[in-house]
Amino acid sequence: MELRSSLSRARGLGSAKEGVHHWWGQRVTAIALVPLSLWFVVSAIGLMGADLPAFQAWIGSLFNAVLMVVLVAVLFYHAWLGMQVVIEDYVHGEAAKTTSLLIVKFALAVMAVACILAVARLAIGA
Amino acid sequence: MASSQRPLSPHLQIYRPQITSVLSILHRVTGVALTAGTLLLTWWLVAAASGPGPFATVQGFLGSWFGHLLLWAFTFSLFYHLSNGIRHLLWDFGWGFELEQVRLSGIAMVAAAAGLTVITLIAAYVAAGG
Ligand code: HEM
Repeated sequence: MELRSSLSRARGLGSAKEGVHHWWGQRVTAIALVPLSLWFVVSAIGLMGADLPAFQAWIGSLFNAVLMVVLVAVLFYHAWLGMQVVIEDYVHGEAAKTTSLLIVKFALAVMAVACILAVARLAIGA
Repeated sequence: MASSQRPLSPHLQIYRPQITSVLSILHRVTGVALTAGTLLLTWWLVAAASGPGPFATVQGFLGSWFGHLLLWAFTFSLFYHLSNGIRHLLWDFGWGFELEQVRLSGIAMVAAAAGLTVITLIAAYVAAGG
């Protein structure tokens, strides 16, 4: 016999209401990535085969350092949101899904921090 | 409703690939590829912050034939994902949902991605050579 009321069973099973936030995050970062990634491609062309002093001179400009940090932050957040959807679509079973989400998101977060600290070190050291 | 009467999503093995479905899955493929590409970006920046030796290693790797291959692939992936991403954003504003428009914008998007990739490659080789 079921002692819990229908309402109590239904509670907590619905949407977590974070879908809209996720969707907006993906769009806002996508829009920001259009100019940022074009800037990055143009910069990367100029840095083809550069040695370290040339690279340091480039990232030593506050303009480039700021854009690089913004690019890294936006790009990793976009990839974080995007990979979440891909994993949720293809990895089945709660344990496998949660584990892959944790690994991918942790790796992306660590890389984002490493990139930002690297730029900070270069920009301040320069 | 009996489960046998529910609508099914297309069965990929027997469903003829169409320009819409192929372009759509490529957005996902390029998104995942670009995410893998962040490893290279991280290596590049961390190496630069670590000193001349590590930085020369990355630049040497990127200058090898395999490095060039990766860079071409990431360049195309980026431009594909960017052009198609703009198409996505226009759809979000409700633009271009007619089947014929979807087909045409799809062709335009692939052309733009290919064109931008070629321009970037030429610019990169000119810059590296000059
Ligand atoms: C260059 C500008 C970019 C634009 C305009 C853009 C746009 C978009 C849009 C609109 C979506 C959502 C697609 C959907 O709703 O199905 C998306 C998904 C995604 N993006 Fe990007 N993106 C850009 C760059 C990047 C970069 C640099 C990365 C990787 C580091 C990336 C990784 C992803 C991933 C993994 C997804 C999820 C794919 C999926 O769900 O099928 N994007 N992008």
